[in-house]
Amino acid sequence: MTGFSFRLARASLPALILALLPALASAQELGYAHPGQIGLQRSVTPVMDAMVAFHDHVLMWAISAIVLLVLVLLVVIVLRFNQRANPVPSRVTHNTMVEVVWTVVPVLILFVIAIPSFGVLADQETIPDGERTYLGSQIFGGAVEVPEPGLTVKAVGYQWYWGYEYMDDDFDFVSIMLNDDQRAERKPTEPRLLAVDNEMVVPVNTTVRVLVSAADVLHAFAVPSFGIKVDAVPDRNNETWFYARETGIYYGQCSELCGKDHAFMPIAVRVVEQDQYDAWLAAASGGDLSGANATLLASLE
Amino acid sequence: MAQAQAAHTDADNGAPRGWKRWVYSTNHKDIGMLYLYSAIFAGVVGGILSGFMRWELAEPGIQIFPGLAQMVYGVSADASIDAGKHMFNVFTTMHGLIMIFFMVMPAVIGGFGNYFVPLMIGAPDMAFPRMNNISFWLLTPAFLLVVISLFVEGPPGAMGSGGGWTMYPPFATSGQPGPAMDFLILAVHLAGASSILGAINFITTILNMRAPGMTMFKMPLFAWAVLVTAFLLLISLPVLAGAITMLLTDRNFGTAFFDPAGGGDPVLYQHLFWFFGHPEVYIMILPGFGIVSHIVSTISRKPIFGYLGMVLAMVAIGAVGFIVWAHHMYTTGISLNTQRYFVAATMVIAVPTGIKVFSWIATMWGGSIRFTTPMLWAIGFIFLFTVGGVTGVVLANAGADRAMHDTYYVVAHFHYVLSLGAVYSIFAGWYYWFPKMFGIMYSEFLGKLHFWIMFVGVNLIFFPQHFLGLAGMPRRYIDYPDSYTLWNQVSSWGYVVTLVGMLVFFYSIFEAASRKRKAADNPWGEGATTLEWTLPSPPPYHQFSTLPRFK
Repeated sequence: MTGFSFRLARASLPALILALLPALASAQELGYAHPGQIGLQRSVTPVMDAMVAFHDHVLMWAISAIVLLVLVLLVVIVLRFNQRANPVPSRVTHNTMVEVVWTVVPVLILFVIAIPSFGVLADQETIPDGERTYLGSQIFGGAVEVPEPGLTVKAVGYQWYWGYEYMDDDFDFVSIMLNDDQRAERKPTEPRLLAVDNEMVVPVNTTVRVLVSAADVLHAFAVPSFGIKVDAVPDRNNETWFYARETGIYYGQCSELCGKDHAFMPIAVRVVEQDQYDAWLAAASGGDLSGANATLLASLE
Repeated sequence: MAQAQAAHTDADNGAPRGWKRWVYSTNHKDIGMLYLYSAIFAGVVGGILSGFMRWELAEPGIQIFPGLAQMVYGVSADASIDAGKHMFNVFTTMHGLIMIFFMVMPAVIGGFGNYFVPLMIGAPDMAFPRMNNISFWLLTPAFLLVVISLFVEGPPGAMGSGGGWTMYPPFATSGQPGPAMDFLILAVHLAGASSILGAINFITTILNMRAPGMTMFKMPLFAWAVLVTAFLLLISLPVLAGAITMLLTDRNFGTAFFDPAGGGDPVLYQHLFWFFGHPEVYIMILPGFGIVSHIVSTISRKPIFGYLGMVLAMVAIGAVGFIVWAHHMYTTGISLNTQRYFVAATMVIAVPTGIKVFSWIATMWGGSIRFTTPMLWAIGFIFLFTVGGVTGVVLANAGADRAMHDTYYVVAHFHYVLSLGAVYSIFAGWYYWFPKMFGIMYSEFLGKLHFWIMFVGVNLIFFPQHFLGLAGMPRRYIDYPDSYTLWNQVSSWGYVVTLVGMLVFFYSIFEAASRKRKAADNPWGEGATTLEWTLPSPPPYHQFSTLPRFK
């Protein structure tokens, strides 16, 4: 017990600091959750900007207020309407005014939630055409310009790894999680259960269209920092998109139960500068994927 | 009412004795007790399963399940990692199925519904006593089939079915060709048939056997709740039966309802499943609404505030519950307009649910409350159900759900409404009706101790899971990236606290049974106005030989 509480205290202290200082958290610039994280992952796309704003600045306020209201009412009841404080119960069973209020006010709250909700949803589900503007973090009327897709990648879920097909350049490869030994040897700085042998590589500041499908059973393609999650269904192509504005490596994990190694088929997307991408693409589409990845990694360091 | 009691002196003439009383039983109270006992048994089994999952998840890495697979299935040490990974999925699947079909539903509908609906409406028994018997006894083979499925092959080379309680194809068809899945499908079929028969029985009983003078809108809210629940069961379960029959024929007879290669569609299954699955969550919670309404009103010594609004809110929740199913499917690739509709329809449910929460509060407002054990559970229910309800509003928004879908946020949400909502209503009902059912009084001290330990425990388990979900940890994972360690540890310690609470619960039953404090016919005082409190504790084997007149 003591060992545990010591560990807990040691582990929760940084978590508390991170929770209190969001700026510090984002300074880490992780493409995955930081230890003890309590909120959404860091956003690097306009869609995730909108989702973070919607959740943190609309939904959280609304639901916290409702829970607090109920809590306060219950506390008042406990203090004022116990049998000692109030020996004679009232017989009130109706109050039309109150009943109308607690029906209409929730409806109004839901309307306020619905306005950004529908905006965020439409942004997620509409592939940019270069003309349409997106909300970004200004969910009540932002206008972020996003170019039309410059690249299409098809992600295919297999039991238990992902395959990436670069449709414009007609080449593909598979991406498999590194086990502890492989990771120690090849990518020791990358996180356990998230590091893969071949990342999906895309250029920064480019709209990437992702087609998602599966070869055997259901899987789901998700990258929290991009704000995307799409089921991979056999014989279907589901479509999503992202526009990453920062280079780095961003991780996601399979999000639809697919069997014993469901927890061991991560998604890793490496966002690089355009010239690095061009060099990687030339080498990789020529058939030398491992060479292309090695060169890319070297150029990043 | 003295006259009603006088008629009961020799009311149990001819009652069967010994094992026949239970196995052949057509008595609604005996069948209700059977349901409650089996719900407690299933709850223990399901709770043990979740204990192993929380134990495994207490630390990153794979610790428990390979050894467990070696012990249970005798696999070799080399094969135990893979067997353990699958076994974890089997445990999540079984935990869900057992808690839903064999714990919550039998407790609230079969148990409290059977025992108290006839008493509350002044009926001598259920409308179809013999069908009541088969409703209960169908659950036993269903549970046996679930147990058998654990020990036959699921996916190639592994035991048991690990496709989740939702049983999505293709993982439930081509992904797990072994017979484990077939056993599970047949188990759900039997449990479903049991519930359909029960639903028919409740509808007939409530519509036809109310005491003279008890019009529909004078009927107690628990009876209303069970009536709405029974209609939900009757409409939704045949759809589930159809869906899993199609799974069965896809698996065994070469059909292709859900197989794209044959022109089928795996997403079709999800539509059919959730057309059942969403009403199912209201099936589990509506009887709890009824129970809590009675406790709040009785112990505040006030009539229910806004009775008509409470009834209509339940009917509205039941009706709207049928047209929101695809909010479980926002990420499946359904079109933007479809998602817009389901967002709007789902948010509508928050309104009648809010009416219920505020009406409970208004019922207590101005009351003269004694904070007895059932009242603590009822107030705990109201607060925790509110927490689970508002995260439901978050998830209703497809735009926000994209981040939380299939993460621990969803796990936290549905455990707040079910494990902390429905289960709290079950414990509330248990303590409220304990003196009536057993004729003895539980210990207030132990009941309150049980409440407070559980309150701390379940919140420790499930509140941190919101953080895990927001941070992106997917559900149904045996292992997680190291960043998620802290809140998983807290969650697992919460399980230990909850376990202590459950031990207090069982000790409180033992204590009450050994002390045998005689319970009054009505231990709750003037606020208890429903008919069950006019009968002795426990009620006679047959009650209301002369129908009570309801003014």
